[in-house]
Parts: sequence; C-alpha cells; structure tokens
Amino acid sequence: MDGLIRDDDLFATPSKRPPGVYLFVITTAEYDQMPQRDGLETAKYEGSRVERSNREAEALANREYKHGWTSDIESETIPKGLNEDIIRLISEKKGEPAWMLEWRLKAYQRFLTMPGEPTWAKVRYESPDLQDISYYSAPKKKAKLKSMDEVDPDLVATFEKLGINIEEQKRLANVAVDAVFDSVSVATTHKDILAKRGIIFCSFSEALREHPELVRKYIGSVVPQGDNYYAALNSAVFSDGSFVYIPKGVKCPMDLSTYFRINAADTGQFERTLIVADEGAEVSYLEGCTAPMRDENQLHAAVVEIVAHKNATVRYSTVQNWYAGDKDGKGGIYNFVTKRGKCQGDHSRISWTQVETGSAITWKYPSCILQGDYSVGEFYSVALTNNLQQADTGTKMLHLGRNTSSTVISKTISAGRSDSSYRGLIRVNPKAENSRSYTQCDSLLIGSECGAHTFPYIDVRNSSSSVEHEASTSKISEDQLFYCQSRGIGQEDAISMVVNGFCKEVFDHLPMEFAVEATKLLSLSLEGSVG
Amino acid sequence: MLEIRNLKASVDGNPILQGIDLSVQAGEVHAIMGPNGSGKSTLAQVLAGHQAYEVDGASRVSFLGDDLLELPAEERARAGLFLAFQYPVEIAGITNASFLQAALNETRKSRGLEELDSFDFREVLEEKMKLVEMKADFADRFVNYGFSGGEKKRNEILQLAVLEPRLAILDETDSGLDIDALRIVANGVNKLRSPNRSFIVVTHYQRLLDYIVPDYVHILYKGRIVKSGTKDLALELEEKGYDWIREETAAAL
Repeated sequence: MDGLIRDDDLFATPSKRPPGVYLFVITTAEYDQMPQRDGLETAKYEGSRVERSNREAEALANREYKHGWTSDIESETIPKGLNEDIIRLISEKKGEPAWMLEWRLKAYQRFLTMPGEPTWAKVRYESPDLQDISYYSAPKKKAKLKSMDEVDPDLVATFEKLGINIEEQKRLANVAVDAVFDSVSVATTHKDILAKRGIIFCSFSEALREHPELVRKYIGSVVPQGDNYYAALNSAVFSDGSFVYIPKGVKCPMDLSTYFRINAADTGQFERTLIVADEGAEVSYLEGCTAPMRDENQLHAAVVEIVAHKNATVRYSTVQNWYAGDKDGKGGIYNFVTKRGKCQGDHSRISWTQVETGSAITWKYPSCILQGDYSVGEFYSVALTNNLQQADTGTKMLHLGRNTSSTVISKTISAGRSDSSYRGLIRVNPKAENSRSYTQCDSLLIGSECGAHTFPYIDVRNSSSSVEHEASTSKISEDQLFYCQSRGIGQEDAISMVVNGFCKEVFDHLPMEFAVEATKLLSLSLEGSVG
Repeated sequence: MLEIRNLKASVDGNPILQGIDLSVQAGEVHAIMGPNGSGKSTLAQVLAGHQAYEVDGASRVSFLGDDLLELPAEERARAGLFLAFQYPVEIAGITNASFLQAALNETRKSRGLEELDSFDFREVLEEKMKLVEMKADFADRFVNYGFSGGEKKRNEILQLAVLEPRLAILDETDSGLDIDALRIVANGVNKLRSPNRSFIVVTHYQRLLDYIVPDYVHILYKGRIVKSGTKDLALELEEKGYDWIREETAAAL
C-alpha cells in the first residue's frame, strides 16, 4: 500500500447512482432485552395497482449520488485487523494520555466478552469482517494547521465538492466547521471567536491534549463502554470526532457543524463526539456525512454523547448521506451508531433532528435520558430508503425525573424494494411522576415492493403520566400525482412535493441551511425557495 | 380551440366514452349535462390526461393545434388546459401559495417566460384571491387540507384564475355547494370569461347554468352526446328530467 488513494480506477462506476445517507447507529443494551415481537403495527403495501409507481421509484432511484467521488489525498493507513496492539498503535499515533489507552483496552476487553452483533433489528446483511478493516487512516499532511492556507489544497477541493467550502464559511462566520476526514479532524474554523466566550469546539484528539480533565469526566458517562457491541468497538478503536463544551450561562453565538467523510478504502470510520452544555448553556450542533461510492460495504460505527446540565439546551441535527449502495444493493455503508443524550439537570433539553437518506443499513436510535425534573427530550426524524436499503431507526425516551416530557415525530419514506422500520421505546419510571410523552410515526410508501414497519415499545410504571402514540401509513396516491400534473407539475416534482409536504413537520426543526440541504436531498424543489 | 373526434375510452376494459364528437371555439362556454354514470367526469379526466383510462387508438383530440392525447397531463396543463376537480385532492405540508407558485412557474417556463419569485407571485395571488372572495390565510394553508367542500371548490377557481388557461373544464364544480358558495364560484368564473378563453362546464343540474350562462348545451348519455342545443335545452331538461332523454335514445336505437 503506497498510501495513495486511487479509487477512481478501482471503481469505474456508472454515473447514475441512488442517493444515500449512510448512518449506522448502534443500539443499546435495553433493546437487546426488549421482547421480540412482530410489529404491533406493521404495514406493508403489497398491492400493485398503480402502474406508475414503478416509474416513480425508478425516477427516485436514478438520481445521481452526488458525493460519490474519492480524493487523491495522501493518507497514512495502519494495517488491517483488530487486536490490542492495533489499539495501542492508534493511541500512540494520537499521542494520548495513558488513562485513555487503558479506557480503550478496557472497552476492548468488554467487547471480546460480547456474543456478537445485536440481532433484534429488522435488517439483513452480511456481518462485516472486523479483522479486514483498517482502524486508522489519516491524511499525511495533517500536522498542526493554524490557518486554512496550510490545509492540503486537495482537501480543500474535497470540501468544496462536499459543498462546505471552509474558507467561505470562515469569512461568512456563520458556521464553525470541524471537518473529520476519515479518522482525523483536519481543520476547525472560528475557534478564536468561540474561545473568547470560553466555548471549546475542537477535534476529539485535540480535546484529549488540551482539556483531558473534561474528556475524562464525561466520556462514557452517557454511553458506557459496554453499552452494546458496536459502542464497545468504537470505545476501543475510535479515531477522532468532535468535542464541544459550552460553559455556564453561555449561548453559543453560531451553529457548530461537523462534516464526516469516509474516503480511504477498507477503512471503517469510528468517530466519537462528545457535547457538554453546562448550566444554562445553549448550543445547536449540526452533522453532515458523505462517502464515496464503493463496491464493498464499509463500516461506520460512531458514538455520540451529549450531556445537558441544569437549564441547558442542546439541539443536534444530522443530515446524513452516506453512500447507500447501488440499485442492486452492492456496496454502501453499514451505519451502526449509538447516539444518546442525558438531560442531567432540571429543566434541561435535548433535541435530536435527523434526515437519513443513505446507508445500505442504518441502525440508529438517538435517545434521551430524562434524568432532571422538568427535562425535555425531542426526536424529529425523516428516514428515506430506496432500492435495497434497510433502515431500522427510532429513539428511546427514558423518563426518570418528575414532570419530564418527550416528543417523537418520525417520518419514514420507503421506495424501491427497501425496508424501513421505526423502533421506539418510551419508558416512564416509577419516580417520573406527571410525565408526558407523545409519539407520532407516519410512513409513506412509494411503489409496491417496499415495506414500512412500526415497532413501538411503551413501558409506563406510574399512574400519573400519560403516553400517546399515533401511527399512520399512506402511499403517494395516483390522485395526488394527477392533481399536481394537471396543474403543470411534472411527475417527479410532484412526488418530491408530496414527500416534502410529508416531512414538513420535521424539516421545520432543522436549521435553515440544513433544511435546504435536506430538501435538496429528497429532490424537493419547493420548500425553502422563499427568500 | 378544441376538436374532439370519435373519442372512445374505457377503464379496466369497460367502455365508458363511446365516440364523442365536440368542437369548442375560442370564447365559447359549453355545458355538458347528463345523468349519473353517463361519462361526464370521465370525459373531463380523459381530456386532462388521467392515466387510469385507456383511450381508443382511433380517437382524435386536437387542442390549439396539438395532438392532445399524445401529451402527458402536465404538458396539457402547460399548454393551457385546466381541470377544476370534482373532488380536489389534499396535499399536506405544502401551502397553497407554494403549490400555485410552482404550478404557475412550470407553465411560464414552458412558454419561455421568466419564473416569478415569491414576492411577485404573492402580488398576483392576492389579486386573484379577491376574485373568489378568499381570506388572506388561504394562501398559507396546506393545499385543500382540512378545507370545507365549498372552500375546496373556490380553491379550484382560484387556481384557474392564477394559471389563466385557454380552456377550463369545470367538473361538477357546483356539487356540494350552498347557494352563496355557488354564487361566489360562478361570479369568479364569469369574471374569467374572455374571448380567448373557453369553458366546458360539466354539471348534473341546470342550477349552475343560471349563473354561468352557456353558449351551447350537450347531453351526454351512455358515453355519447345524444343531443345538443342552446341554454334552452338545459331548461327543457330541468323540466322534463332525464327520463325523456332515455326514452328518446331508446326509440332512436
């Protein structure tokens, strides 16, 4: 291996590719313990009377995957394989303190005792060979970058292709971006502005160097090392990610944003993100993800932890567009991600918003532990699957404190031969008196070969709380399409419009620029055109 | 403007239209009347391009010189054909304003005109909304979502006003309307009549034709136009009922 990534000749792929957001969120131990049952409400549209639906699905399927390029950036990749020596090597390369290595090794020991991947999700795939993955890949010219001028021009070009344009963003000063490219965080903009307010926003590696006490205090406090199979793996081999700390009483003046991209072949991406909002702090964090088109599956197993202290608010938005595989299901990212937030203090609030359009397999359950009294958890999700994509995604809201409340709005769109499931747990503990929870899951089916399923788990252990769950399944009707067409709107735009309308409640929760991106991602041409 | 020759259409193998001939010149208003199941709505939907119907290969429909049957529904609309639906469809999450802006801009694009931005469009929309006496909040409600029957029908006329088609087909626009709503809808239509714009008004009752006075009335029965005349024919029909047509047709066969 000469360290150069030259995948274009390896993957001389046709230009027509489906879109994809690839997310793998790992699930937690509680899910493993959940009773296995077929969905209480399982909807599968099997009729085939709408002849056009095939063409619709085709139209969606044939949209180009716009992020399917690779970059010729020199990178350093360690040998494939998973063992203690590899973990030591990763830790050494990153110059980590000894306690971090110990923590990794402890996680690895836990990992070794685990029986294997969780099997309860409604997804089928071939298990990735963990020994056939390289756990570390870093652009070579990474040394300390003080300004954008020092960044590898190829990398900057890469970001421009991603639509990030760091330089532009640096000037416009709206979004501070931390870009994680394969395993190493490359550049963080706006650090100075943030530093004046005491806000820390940097790569995880840098946080380990500059703020080890904060990392040590919070890492694993929301997602323990042994939480689940992939979280344990991540804890052992995580390479980089973002770290955010908002001090007491500070409202972050701009959205913080991280873009993740898997570039090198045969590497997994195991990023780890930790966000801490101290008392009364507020922050909105955005995450975007892309990957090149490859014929083999790549593993992405991330962990995100959020801690919200008293009166703090954290909003976490994701637009994920990992490569989904081609229309025959070849290639694509396996996305197993564990995302969890802890509303530790009273009156704290954590809000997850996600738009999932990619990944061959998605397992992802951004969750909230509502520990503080009057704390609030929210989950707004759009998940679109197409071709042979499979998604099993949802949330868990664990009500521990009194007067806690949670809101779950999930919109699932299935097209092609894809299969999409919503899986959600609402648990209200005995002490969580007067708590409230509202769940709404809607599924939209495009075509006649896809499936949508809802698996709600509701567990209420006191009598003063209320939990509501609503679910609906619909399909884009011929009438809706004809109505749009009879007004001059073409079929593909009509589908976009109906889908866009379907997702509106969720898009309304995204920051403006993300909403626009999400809208584009779903090839929707209308919403967001105002202004 | 519109020439229909021997139009035959069926759905799931059941013939519904069995040879329709009709000519509509610019500026004319034609009423199509007939008993339930005679094929009135099918005629409207076939002209607008609904794909559920199989149209016989020998059928010919020309619209402003185009072979209408060759065009998909959206191109018929862009060419200036408009169908006001009997049962307008709800689209949740999309506002009336953004829906209509998209529709208008598609038509403008196809004619080589510049697209209107949201601000310019708003001005057009507000002016047209007065025509059908709509409150301002209609623009920002979702398309037909949670609308009353009367509101939906008025919304159809609003779309007609914004899109300014050359030929508008009103499919039982009067059904389900109370007398006040009927008056508002009819006033809207009358204001939109012009020497360049034609209407085909499909209705079951003569009542609507008191408000929208047609130039010609055609009676559709069992998929054929069995009688044509002036507005007096509608009055005659009102008086005698459809049995008269049934008997006459039976006698003719």
